[in-house]
Amino acid sequence: MADIFGIPLPVLAGQLLIGLFNGAFYALLSLGLAIIFGLLRIINFAHGALYMMGAFAAFLLGEWFGLPFWILLVAAPLIVAIFAAAIERGLLTHLQGLDPLYGLLLTFGIALIVEGLAQYQFGVAGQNFSPPSALSGASNLGFMIMPHYRAFVIVVSLIVCLATWALIERTKLGALLRAATENRPLVEAFGVNVPLLLTATYAFGAFLAAFAGVMAAPVFQVSPLMGSNIVIVVFAVVVIGGMGSIGGAILTGFLLGLIEGLTKVIYPEASNIVVFVIMAIVLFFRPSGLFGKTA
Amino acid sequence: MSVSDTSTDFAAKERAGLPRKGIAVVAAILAALIVAPFMAYPVFVMKLLCFALFASAFNMLLGYTGLLSFGHATFFGGAAYATAHAVKVWDFEPLTGILFGTLCAAGLGLAMGVVAIRRQGIYFAMTTLALAQMVYFLFLRAGFTNAEDGIQNVPRGRLLGLIDLSDPMAMYALVCGVFLVGMAVIWRIVHSPFGQVLRAIRENEPRAVSLGYRVNRYKLAAFVMSATLTGLAGATKALVFQIATLTDVDWHMSGEVILMTLLGGVGTMLGPVVGAGLIVAIQNVFATTGFPLSVILGIIFVLCIMLFRKGIIGTLHDQWRRYGRK
Repeated sequence: MADIFGIPLPVLAGQLLIGLFNGAFYALLSLGLAIIFGLLRIINFAHGALYMMGAFAAFLLGEWFGLPFWILLVAAPLIVAIFAAAIERGLLTHLQGLDPLYGLLLTFGIALIVEGLAQYQFGVAGQNFSPPSALSGASNLGFMIMPHYRAFVIVVSLIVCLATWALIERTKLGALLRAATENRPLVEAFGVNVPLLLTATYAFGAFLAAFAGVMAAPVFQVSPLMGSNIVIVVFAVVVIGGMGSIGGAILTGFLLGLIEGLTKVIYPEASNIVVFVIMAIVLFFRPSGLFGKTA
Repeated sequence: MSVSDTSTDFAAKERAGLPRKGIAVVAAILAALIVAPFMAYPVFVMKLLCFALFASAFNMLLGYTGLLSFGHATFFGGAAYATAHAVKVWDFEPLTGILFGTLCAAGLGLAMGVVAIRRQGIYFAMTTLALAQMVYFLFLRAGFTNAEDGIQNVPRGRLLGLIDLSDPMAMYALVCGVFLVGMAVIWRIVHSPFGQVLRAIRENEPRAVSLGYRVNRYKLAAFVMSATLTGLAGATKALVFQIATLTDVDWHMSGEVILMTLLGGVGTMLGPVVGAGLIVAIQNVFATTGFPLSVILGIIFVLCIMLFRKGIIGTLHDQWRRYGRK
């Protein structure tokens, strides 16, 4: 069997696949954070809570109504997006024009409430959620074993990320969004309903987070704390990438997932902290992040 | 973040010097410190004092320099671990142990500060949060912290080899001393020329730069000082409760201290003390009911941000001034 750096190829390939798989979640979550920050100037600390809500919504809908995975994949994020729209209309919109730190703290409070209630209701233990039977197998590619579900997640996440990028960079709606990011009063003067645009943007970011949550449900256990662990890593990803560019957020997400996977092979003890170490190094040499424009 | 628009929110302009009102407040605090252990459990009052100092040290950074750190649990818990280990394993005398923990927090503050001050505003908050999470994992893995169990049964020892601190009143006196010294240092820093420069940075960073101040050095100095005083609180807490665990370095702890400061009043001397008192009291009340504490804290967070961003003391300040003008 071929070795690379003294590591058997199947082990290396397997860990890289897991890295890409984790990167898919980082990419979806940091993409949502970047879109929300771009327009609302708010760092959404509740992003992890929304991700967790997505997983729980899918789990509960599956338990109660026995809906198939494919419907849950859209229905659960839609429910979370409606919840997020209500949050935006009821609370976040009143913080417009204030220091962004208030938005961070408000969404932190919301995350505490949502996660606390979920813990109260479901306990800390995780719930099991099985993947659809069509994706449950694995195939042998010769140099590695590839579980179908993981491949599915990577491909779907890539498609969703690229579609989002195209939506923002290549359509009329996206142009409106970018214009509102640059100069809000001007866009309002042209008769565009900017408050609606803000609500829709926040809801869309929440949709992406919840979508990631549903896809995470079959692999990681569905637990109230699943969001708070990942959101801090995603913050580090966002600091590394800089929030100026949509493409940058996607790329950084996948890249850091890969690096994390690689670290698991070479030096497993450091796999939990490698993202943070990279963040510190990047901050030292490029304070505005890899793709950032402003400080 | 644009610094100019924070001025109205994060500022509560205070008069320098100790006017009559100030003397009255100090006298009231001293009287309360003397009466408190007879009115409530000494351990409860000691916990309150530790957190009051923690929040005040944090406020030095948020309220007077305009930097929101989401990583202060690192210094609080890091100092607690260092002191607990020094006292338990190396048989340090209690005061030396506290000093050692405080110095360790200063070192951690320097390391984190050097990286974090390279970004501003919202990025600064996220960077400190991420770095603190890294330290959390390091503590989880480091052998001396005993991972999930923490360092338990830390002996309180004899102060200077003379006074037995297992006596609650002796321990209380020590905590009072630490609290008063810490608060005096914070008051001194905030009301010094150095503190004036920090406020200038908070109000308008570009202008401070153009006036020739090396803003980053001032920020780093403020960060390290805040970390050091936070460490003093954490080290003392480790002796009071005789335990140092992962809870102290968890990011929830960083969130709690933000809430204490926010609730009491950002940028006021007394606010963090009041906020810490309220939050510790609320924790005590809800500890016995099964209801999750984080929901309560979250609700207070949302109410604070939506309804009174100046906090209790800040709002009282405003009322007082309006009343005085009539």
